[in-house]
Amino acid sequence: MSDVAFEQHAPRPAAAPPWWRRLIGFNLLAASALGIGGWFLGHWVGTRITIGMDSQLGTDQNDIATFMGFLFAVSGWLIGLGFLNYPLGRMLGRPPSLREKEEEGPGRYFRLCTDHKVVGMQYFVTILLFFLIAGLNAMFIRAELLTPKEKLWNANQYLSLVGLHGTMMLMMMSAAILGPFANYFVPIMIGARRMAFPRLESLSFWLVPPAGLILLSAVALGGFPTGWTGYAPLANTARAGMDAYLFAFALIGLSMTIVGANMLATVLTMRAPGMTWTRLPIFVWGVICTSVLMVLAAPVLFATLSMVALDRTADTSFFLASAGGSPFLYTNLFWFFGHPEVYILALPGFGVVLEILPVFSRKPLWGYRLAVAGMLGVTLLSFMVWQHHLFVSGMNADLRPFYMLTTELISVPTGFIFLNGLGTLWRGRIRFTVPMLFAMAFFSNFLIGGLSGVFLSDVPSDVSTHGSYFVMAHFHYTIMGGLVFALFAATYYWLPKMTGLRFNETLAKIHFWGMFVFFNFTFAPLFVAGMLGMPRRVSVYSSSLQGINDFVSVSAFLLGLSMLVFLINLVYSTVFARVPAEANPWHSRGLEFQLPTPIPVRNFERTPVIESGPYEYGVPGAPPVAALGRPAVAGGGGSSP
Amino acid sequence: MTSNLAPAAAPSGEPHIRRLIVIWVVLSAIGVALVVFALGPHMPPWTFSDEARDQRNINIMLAALATPVLLAVWMALVYSIVAFRQRGVAIVDGTPIHGGGRLEVAWIVVTTLIVVSLAVAGTAALFGTTKGAGGGQGPDPLAVPHGSLPPLQVQVIGQQWAWTFRYPAFGGVETTQIAIPAGRVIALHVTSLDVNHSFWAIRLGVKADAIPGSDNVAFVRPRRPGSFRIRCAELCGLWHGHMFTTGLVLTPAAFSSWIRRQVVANAAATRTLPPYSTHYFPEPLRRAG
Ligand code: HEM
Ligand SMILES: [Cu+2]
Ligand SMILES: [Cu+2]
Repeated sequence: MSDVAFEQHAPRPAAAPPWWRRLIGFNLLAASALGIGGWFLGHWVGTRITIGMDSQLGTDQNDIATFMGFLFAVSGWLIGLGFLNYPLGRMLGRPPSLREKEEEGPGRYFRLCTDHKVVGMQYFVTILLFFLIAGLNAMFIRAELLTPKEKLWNANQYLSLVGLHGTMMLMMMSAAILGPFANYFVPIMIGARRMAFPRLESLSFWLVPPAGLILLSAVALGGFPTGWTGYAPLANTARAGMDAYLFAFALIGLSMTIVGANMLATVLTMRAPGMTWTRLPIFVWGVICTSVLMVLAAPVLFATLSMVALDRTADTSFFLASAGGSPFLYTNLFWFFGHPEVYILALPGFGVVLEILPVFSRKPLWGYRLAVAGMLGVTLLSFMVWQHHLFVSGMNADLRPFYMLTTELISVPTGFIFLNGLGTLWRGRIRFTVPMLFAMAFFSNFLIGGLSGVFLSDVPSDVSTHGSYFVMAHFHYTIMGGLVFALFAATYYWLPKMTGLRFNETLAKIHFWGMFVFFNFTFAPLFVAGMLGMPRRVSVYSSSLQGINDFVSVSAFLLGLSMLVFLINLVYSTVFARVPAEANPWHSRGLEFQLPTPIPVRNFERTPVIESGPYEYGVPGAPPVAALGRPAVAGGGGSSP
Repeated sequence: MTSNLAPAAAPSGEPHIRRLIVIWVVLSAIGVALVVFALGPHMPPWTFSDEARDQRNINIMLAALATPVLLAVWMALVYSIVAFRQRGVAIVDGTPIHGGGRLEVAWIVVTTLIVVSLAVAGTAALFGTTKGAGGGQGPDPLAVPHGSLPPLQVQVIGQQWAWTFRYPAFGGVETTQIAIPAGRVIALHVTSLDVNHSFWAIRLGVKADAIPGSDNVAFVRPRRPGSFRIRCAELCGLWHGHMFTTGLVLTPAAFSSWIRRQVVANAAATRTLPPYSTHYFPEPLRRAG
């Protein structure tokens, strides 16, 4: 196969074409043009075909036209990027190729590129952008909550801000570690040259920007009142902003399914010779477990949102009790996705921190098998707990003891991860680099998140805290305190390898301490607010709670400021200072750090042969992870080309 | 690599562990005592009803259990940070331990025992004296209170964006305020006319989702007269945040006269109401204009 694979690497023409000529072609520019054009065309078509249709009369917004607009826009976007070129070319009898646009130069970041390292960088920048937008929404929400009465935003604006913040965060954070870091490093860590399905890999990324933009378009379409959970039948009654939520979240469901399938196929089939299951970096195990959840849960999300879309456009009544449907159907379907989703957010974080701890403790990962068992246990159990979100709904009340038990049992495998972490630190030689600081903070934060989860899983306690700010504090401790801290650990750990540039250490430490302190100041008091009776998703609260809320808002603004420090550091370090980073700045044994910086397009000169596990720090006589220079051997779990 | 670079006082496990355990036991004892005796009496959702008191007791129990766990992990973290910190630029390897079979097994056994006993305690509370601990249990709950008096049935109806209440034992009269007698078990039948809501009276220890087409029963026995705040706890649209009101717990005598006044005052309205039912289907939902 390898002769076909690289035939596209033809020598460049000698004379460069004029600059404007290079802008024409299948790239971001064409995609934007076709995407915007597609919206207007789709909306026009939708309006034409719904003339006189009952379901769209009596409302000021035409949902069918809105959905058609989105559909055409995304199609135009993908065509503009060139996603049809390959399938059409094959139909016309052109020869197959495995990879596209794997060249040097900045242009490859703005088009369909099948180099997994380019996709990783594309993901990183995109997710960061949307994360900042969603974070800004959080600041707007906290500004309103400075006073116990509605002041800054009206009811619709406030609810839309909450929904936008929550949905945007969950959409983007679902792939926050898999998108940038798994795409970039999983093939390298397993000794492969690419992902199993490079073109699908690119597709999974290019679905993300339209999803984010479509979700933002909800602002122009009247907002949506349901928060990130999109509960029907409220969703059935909402204005056209709801369609944006449905379409955007469904696109992310699609993207997640593709990411999961691709990661699984890659790790299952493309490991280098000698990369046995017990030598697999623990981060890759985290990715495997996350991918299993994505493949099994994300399609349920897609189906659920499609059913709401049908209720809204085709007058079906899946969720309308008055017409034979059931609101319980929605909540069950949603949380059947929703609970695995929270582990889609948590598991990559487990992988990252356990990957980082051995490097900076200079010790083997303590209890490797236990860590793998913990992740697999979480994966399995996470499909058996979803009704803990429905303890007081009146649904299956007699099953509550079962769901209480499964939910509490999930803290056993989660506890393994803590034992692994603490065991790895114990008697190590700990160096407090910035990635290490974030990884250690992860444990403190996730511990609080997990212990508060035990309150919520206990039905009598949940009766008083369900739907309150206690829940809100709980999931921010797990998602922000867990995933986002792990995300920054990964960023400081791997970005120097990806960019070849060092971060400014002082700014990074300011970022860490600001974020750690103000994160706790922001969310710890909210446990109290919740226990004292403050419900989620309200801008009107008891004036006796104003003190707590003001403290929280001010902390939240300072937390936002610490993010600004990160942004400044990122721009300063990569644009202005540009201090080159060594190829292995952390003296890590990880395979990815044995490669030169920048990592060559084809990763490895020859297929590496894995000789030992990645965490054998201090083990006398442990060979290096891989023999990189040796000729490839035939057979084994080879990853040719 | 380690041998020649390691400083003289190479850390060995035993004294560390003994020292840690002693500190942990002392701190945990102080922490648990503080949680139970200082925080406990103020722990929400207080003791206004039997259900609230049950929830409060569980909260105290969970907080008391969480304290030693929190302390154990924090202390192990902080201790490692202090004792095993490597200063300077030299890269020195730690002790290459790959795991500890006995510790792993002990950890699994202990954590499993803790969470299973928690689940047992929670289940016992569900089927214990308060029958459902104040949560919504659906149309025909397994756990039903038995007392000398049958539960007083009160229907709670949620709609965008207000609560109303019907008393089937008093001709199905519908009121805009809820009043219930103290010392008697009340069966709240919660339902909705449009979208999902959730009836939450924190002092009363009750939370039950109001779902269209469903009858969600929660039992509560208020212990003394007083008032309680009701808030909607499920996002139900624009004015969700304004869907709050105040309810009353009255002495049995005061309740009798209150309900009699309601029946008289609302007599005309009651005749126009649909007959009492576990749920109602008004006009189908429409898209907001
Ligand atoms: C910058 C730090 C953050 C602040 C200050 C913040 C603040 C808030 C606030 C005030 C709410 C609304 C609570 C309510 O009224 O119910 C909220 C909701 C939410 N946040 Fe955050 N947040 C932050 C970061 C994050 C992150 C990193 C994530 C996830 C990755 C996240 C996910 C959510 C979700 C899912 C909701 C629920 C939205 C809903 O109720 O539908 N937040 N946050
Ligand atoms: Cu869950
Ligand atoms: Cu509500």
